[in-house]
Amino acid sequence: MVKDQIKEGVWTKEVNVRDFVLNNIRPYYGTADFLVGPSTKTKKLWEICKQAMQIERENNGVLAVDTETISSISAFDAGYIDKENEVIVGLQTDELLKRTMKPFGGFKVVQKALQEQGLAPNTKLTELFSKHVKTHNDGVFSAYTPEIKKYRSLGILTGLPDNYARGRLIGDYRRVALYGISFLIESKLKDLEQLQGPMTDKVIRLREEVSDQIRALKEMIALGVTYDLDLKRPAHNAREAVQWTYMAYLAAVKEQDGAAMSLGNVSSFLDIFIERDIEQGTLTEVEAQELIDQFVMKLRVVRHSRMAAYDEIFAGDPTWVTEAIGGMLNDGRSKVTRTSFRFLHTLYNLGPSPEPNLTILWSESLPENFKAFCAKVAIATSSLQFENDDLMRTLRGSDDYGIACCVSHQDLGKSIQFFGARTNLVKTLLLALNEGRCEITGKKVIDSIPALEEGYLDFDRVMANYKIASKAIARVYNDTMNIIHYMHDKYYYEKAQMALIDTNPGIDIAYGVAGLSILADSLSAIKHAKVLPIRNEVGLTVDFRIEGDFPKYGNDDDRVDKLAAQAVADFNHELQQLPAYKDARPTLSVLTITSNVVYGKKTGATPDGRAMGVPFAPGANPMHGRDSNGAIASLNSVAKINYKDALDGISNTFSIVPKSLGANEADRIENLVTILDGYFSRNAQHVNVNVLNKETLIDAMEHPEEYPQLTIRVSGYAVNFTKLTREQQQEVITRSFHESL
Amino acid sequence: MVRASEQQPNTTIQMPFITKTSAITTTPTILRVHSVESFGTHDGPGIRMVIFLQGCKLKCIYCHNPDTIAMDGGMECDIEQLVAMAVKMKPYFGKKGGVTVSGGEPLLQAKALLSFFKRLKEEGIHTNLDTNGRILNHFTKELLDDYTDLVMLDIKHMTEAGYQEITGRRNKETTFSIARYREASGKKMWLRYVLIPGITDDPKLLHALGAYFKEYKTIERLELQPYHQLGVHKWEALGWEYPLKNARENTQEELQTAVTILKKYFKEVTLN
Repeated sequence: MVKDQIKEGVWTKEVNVRDFVLNNIRPYYGTADFLVGPSTKTKKLWEICKQAMQIERENNGVLAVDTETISSISAFDAGYIDKENEVIVGLQTDELLKRTMKPFGGFKVVQKALQEQGLAPNTKLTELFSKHVKTHNDGVFSAYTPEIKKYRSLGILTGLPDNYARGRLIGDYRRVALYGISFLIESKLKDLEQLQGPMTDKVIRLREEVSDQIRALKEMIALGVTYDLDLKRPAHNAREAVQWTYMAYLAAVKEQDGAAMSLGNVSSFLDIFIERDIEQGTLTEVEAQELIDQFVMKLRVVRHSRMAAYDEIFAGDPTWVTEAIGGMLNDGRSKVTRTSFRFLHTLYNLGPSPEPNLTILWSESLPENFKAFCAKVAIATSSLQFENDDLMRTLRGSDDYGIACCVSHQDLGKSIQFFGARTNLVKTLLLALNEGRCEITGKKVIDSIPALEEGYLDFDRVMANYKIASKAIARVYNDTMNIIHYMHDKYYYEKAQMALIDTNPGIDIAYGVAGLSILADSLSAIKHAKVLPIRNEVGLTVDFRIEGDFPKYGNDDDRVDKLAAQAVADFNHELQQLPAYKDARPTLSVLTITSNVVYGKKTGATPDGRAMGVPFAPGANPMHGRDSNGAIASLNSVAKINYKDALDGISNTFSIVPKSLGANEADRIENLVTILDGYFSRNAQHVNVNVLNKETLIDAMEHPEEYPQLTIRVSGYAVNFTKLTREQQQEVITRSFHESL
Repeated sequence: MVRASEQQPNTTIQMPFITKTSAITTTPTILRVHSVESFGTHDGPGIRMVIFLQGCKLKCIYCHNPDTIAMDGGMECDIEQLVAMAVKMKPYFGKKGGVTVSGGEPLLQAKALLSFFKRLKEEGIHTNLDTNGRILNHFTKELLDDYTDLVMLDIKHMTEAGYQEITGRRNKETTFSIARYREASGKKMWLRYVLIPGITDDPKLLHALGAYFKEYKTIERLELQPYHQLGVHKWEALGWEYPLKNARENTQEELQTAVTILKKYFKEVTLN
């Protein structure tokens, strides 16, 4: 970038965006008063987008799919929404909302997704991928063991990225703006030079990867040329900084269709360029907001081609363009800038939206004006999630991080993560109660689990069996993850994103669990009440008779909350013992996305009184209706799960009706700020905030056309409510809405 | 205190600390509790843990929480456990919030409340007593003087006949003597007044209310509580007939009229 008024530092000699931010950030402590509405150009563009999205909705959720081209960084001609009004250009294809084929994750999935739209891939491609080209999906299934396949088909492990792209990696897209691609290529070439013999597997692999990254960088230059942009050099001004950053991101979403394709932490980086231009008189506030509005608009129209079944685990066609905003620097300064405000303001200028997935990194020390503005936006739009910056920054050591997917910390440009969906903790318990047999099919899954004596369940015996089941599942889960990520690297390597990450990054391998509250309540029932299993003719549990009451997770009651926290700690401990691909560090999440519905559907009756097929609570939430002591007690229960045992994140969704949050807007804002300060001071990690009346959701279910932008937070991301299936909508409505009316 | 505020105790509740036996000792260790709401935003300033105590001698015709009336219901809860629960919620109280004791009528357990509030003050927690002010004895006085940061006093009616019609009891004067006592102590107080069309909303009554209290220095706020019928199903569940079956909710205009009148007398009037 042009260096006038910009402080130099380490960043001028090596790739180090954090150092640039540290040297040049201008924290902002003022109010939101400076913000302006959308420009005329923005309004015109957004109108076109809204119309296109309306047609998309009417057309079964898909506007168009290209069936001829394999999408890649440089595939497709330039595409525009309305060229003369676009200050930030670039689409994934030559046409707004047109989806593409990205077949390297799995060709069958591409075929299926097209077939559901009445389409088919080009016949030559079909022949190529049927006969000659191997995909990630082919690779994984050629290595899967019968045991893994069994775990998968019985729903013990589900949602695995073995037939779709793993996503989650965050390229440091800011690098393209700050350095220009030529410098980045030089830097990677130097790294390649360092990678010398002896040529072990590891070195060979890394050499191949870095070479691929350099190829991707060259393709990015070509992508820029399509739009008449010279990405070889650094951005010279604010508009270019936004444009270059977006081009880097666009390269990633043209090449990859990972479940989550986060953006990172770009707002305060861009602010440095914007504030300089404003100071120099070359940019007005209206133009600054226009840049951000149009950038965000582009992020809102990112699309991937998905098959319908995908909707069960990731409902509402999400892309997880997660942008982390705010937080503190290790030196005690705030990372909040005017552009942090400008990003949030897009929710007013363009209306509420699930994407980009705006995530506030919350610290007790954030400027009070910013805290109040975040609370105001969350109350008005239900589009924000909050994560504990004080906790993550101090424990993970980095103050320059993004949020991968929903809730998960990722050091930008320095580390990556391998996503691995989740296992079903409730099934684990049911295996423990059924001699290692699946409670629904009766199929033997684990050999070494002894039968329980007849009569009431004995807590210690159940726990002994649970431990055996848990160990077996951890082992198979680890095997599965190693295969998946080995194959993903081999067949669908993220060369665009990896080109914007250090050559030898730290790696987290991210496991997950679902059904935590049901497990905790079931164990609590067994421990504190009397539970008699009712078994069918072959001895499988079909129901449970519960005598007496028992403490339930979500009421700030240690007798049960400790069972939940311990279950997470124990499973994490099991995972830490196992060898991970590329020496990755195992991490664990308590997060379900929307899979809590389908998991519940596939799980038999449980000892807490939950009937067969009933959805689980999402993420780490208490089961709906059981947190009877009010919202704070519920939050306190979740806060007891130790982040150190679940470094991939602990998702909690907090839904409250406006009137319960406070009598008027000022009270609501103040109360929400106080809740967030309180919750995070107890070392909780994440919370989604929905401030909505249940009646609104019910009405939206009946009249979706009247709520095209109704956004709600679910486990770790936001969705357009009307894009959920009816079953998922009903599940959201039955959840605990904290209301004391 | 039985009242028609927005806050409504949960019908099913889980208390981790129900004690099986209640020991009778000189220092009470037990409170009889109907339920706890950990996130109260309508019963005093800020975010509050609201403890609804069980038992009330009044039976107000609009009672919103009739299930808190019976003297023998509820659960016996250990005071130290309630303190521990409040301490865990302290981070959420922020600068304004704290613990509110409501009911039922809390002053029926004034002696035990003394121990409870004393402990809360030791923990640096703001205390608020939501009461109909029916009992003024030396326990009440000590409680008010030494441990209660805020009193929310429920004024049922300005006439004796009206008071009787609403509460089924005589002698509204005790409530006023508590108000005088609090005023003399110079400590903070809010008044609450339920606005029932045709029963308490006559402008004459509102002027009388204002005139009576206008010289009071300790009253920070008057909270008007609009009438609604959200508690009716609880009467039915108890097998009781709801006395105000034919009553209607206030119109916006009526509410605004009442606010306008009362603003002449009180520095802050809110609709809760």
